Amino acid sequence: MGTITRAAATGVEVRLEHLRRVFAGVVALDELSLTLAPGELVALLGPSGCGKTTALRLVAGLDEVTSGKVLFGGTDVTTLGANRRDVGMVFQAYSLFPHMTARQNVAFGLQMRRVDEQERKRRADAMLELVGLSGFADRYAHQLSGGQQQRVALARALAIQPKVLLLDEPLSALDAKVRGRLRDEIRRVQLEVGITTLFVTHDQEEALAIADRVGVMNKGRLEQLGPPTTIYTRPATPFVAEFVGLTNRIEGDVKGGEVIVRGTRLPLVRPDTPDGQAVALVRPEAVSLGSDGDAGGDAGGGPLVGTVIAVAFLGATSRVTVDLGDVIVLAQMPTSQASAHPAGSRVRLTLRPDPVLIARDETAAAEA
Amino acid sequence: MTRSRRIRLQALRFVIFALAAAFFLVPIGAMFEFSTRGIGINSARTFSAWAAIPSTPELATAITVSLELALITSLLMLGLLLPTMVWVRLRLPRLNRIVEFICLMPLTVPAIALVVGIKPLYIWISLNFTDSILALSFAYLILVLPYAYRSLDAGLAAIDLKILTEAARSLGAGWGTVMLRVVVPNMPTAILNASLLSASLVLGEYTFANLLNYENLQVAIQYVSLVSAGTSIAVAVASLLFAFVLLMILSFAGGRLQVRSPGQRA
Ligand SMILES: Nc1ncnc2c1ncn2[C@@H]1O[C@H](COP(=O)(O)OP(=O)(O)OP(=O)(O)O)[C@@H](O)[C@H]1O
Ligand SMILES: [Mg+2]
Repeated sequence: MGTITRAAATGVEVRLEHLRRVFAGVVALDELSLTLAPGELVALLGPSGCGKTTALRLVAGLDEVTSGKVLFGGTDVTTLGANRRDVGMVFQAYSLFPHMTARQNVAFGLQMRRVDEQERKRRADAMLELVGLSGFADRYAHQLSGGQQQRVALARALAIQPKVLLLDEPLSALDAKVRGRLRDEIRRVQLEVGITTLFVTHDQEEALAIADRVGVMNKGRLEQLGPPTTIYTRPATPFVAEFVGLTNRIEGDVKGGEVIVRGTRLPLVRPDTPDGQAVALVRPEAVSLGSDGDAGGDAGGGPLVGTVIAVAFLGATSRVTVDLGDVIVLAQMPTSQASAHPAGSRVRLTLRPDPVLIARDETAAAEA
Repeated sequence: MTRSRRIRLQALRFVIFALAAAFFLVPIGAMFEFSTRGIGINSARTFSAWAAIPSTPELATAITVSLELALITSLLMLGLLLPTMVWVRLRLPRLNRIVEFICLMPLTVPAIALVVGIKPLYIWISLNFTDSILALSFAYLILVLPYAYRSLDAGLAAIDLKILTEAARSLGAGWGTVMLRVVVPNMPTAILNASLLSASLVLGEYTFANLLNYENLQVAIQYVSLVSAGTSIAVAVASLLFAFVLLMILSFAGGRLQVRSPGQRA
């Protein structure tokens, strides 16, 4: 097993240059440029239909670009057929060959490369061991669970020691628990093998948890590319802010590079936002709660006072829904703090002065 | 109440089955009876008509030729239809309807009309290329298209063609390998069905061969019947039984393969 992982441990730089794909007038992918460093795992995140699969298929050579280039390690592979590209791909749907055992599935790509039979078997078994399925080599796909099938598919993709690993929502057909476990397992294997990986998902939690960098896509375009923490805490566009994580929409007043939300001044991610009425996007984690009484004699409470209408227990944290009268605000905090504010209690909200974004429809309306 | 209903249903089934069986078996039985009659009214049963089959050279060659035709037609059909259907499904899905229409068309055109249309072509072929009867397989290819298409269509619909071919391609398989190693092994029943249907159709074909002046099995039976009715009937029974056997293989082996293909395969 060690020999395999060592042998493939040299990832290749993967470059997508101005990739464009148009289907009968519909732009599925628009000028996607992205460079993956050797061994890096980049997650492409976006809503359904934003072009993630299209991007992956172009890299794999399963579809033809309208324009743009794909380079592996500096070599242009744009016109190379899928079978000559040396990419390992794990599909969203179950894709094991039903007439072959797990071992035969994993060995298939090696057979295509004319590896001799003994070596094939040895490497297939080693790959199955890598994904934790040593005992399942002789099973057929229909004798494996969904998670096991996807792990065999991963072993199959890795067995050919591909230059690039492409994962198209490999976990979306699985239940939440298996999904979390397998996600971590994919990351472990990817790090162990050191392969450059493009991981497509519409699940923001998955993307943030697994990736070195996350690319958020919208309508065929890459909206933002950066490390998970940056994507989450400093979203570059309102779309990213709203797509990645929950966001409160609270009305405020933009004035001189700040927005005043019910008496609280918050800095703006984009200080050049024009002045005027606007909707600020505030993360639930940036909202904290205090008892209404805490404020003392603040004349019956300021503009950020409301009633708790629900508390959702999420485990270590809880999400509290507060009705401010004209708007509902979500706050997320450690469960121990949330328990002090049961449903029905009056609370005062405090907004942490993180830089916030202004919702795009409102800015568009203001500009018009 | 329900019990008696079930019994009635069983009885009905049995009657229908018996009627259908009689419909097929009585004529064959009668033919068999006829082919084993002796010369005189009171003479004993004899298999001399059957024994004459191999020693009638016309028949022997016709049987071989028809079997060859059946084999060649099946292979041509698979070689032409399977890659076309796969390609259309993967790359040109809009053409699917058109291909289906073309493949089913021979059903709507009477054989006699087809022959009249195709005759000049065959005259030209026999003058310029070959007068071998095996050239008939091209005409037969047209005849078997509808049945083969239906069968292969069902087989392709049952597998996730796009995903399987794409997985194989990304693992390094060329199109030939994809067809032979991935598509074919996943639809053995459909392929067997298509081949056996084609084969039995070819074995029973008379109009084309006769009007295009080729001597296949059915035409030979016709000739032999002029000389020895018993022998011609014997061959007819034999070829019917052979077709039956083919269809039996189709339904039994087909059922077995279906169970086997996802599971037990070395
Ligand atoms: N073969 C095709 N023909 C026409 N349009 C297509 C084709 N494939 C994709 N599209 C269109 O391109 C756009 C992007 O599709 P794509 O499959 O890349 O989305 P996605 O981001 O993978 O979505 P999902 O998360 O639902 O898988 C969609 O609008 C889709 O309708
Ligand atoms: Mg997709």
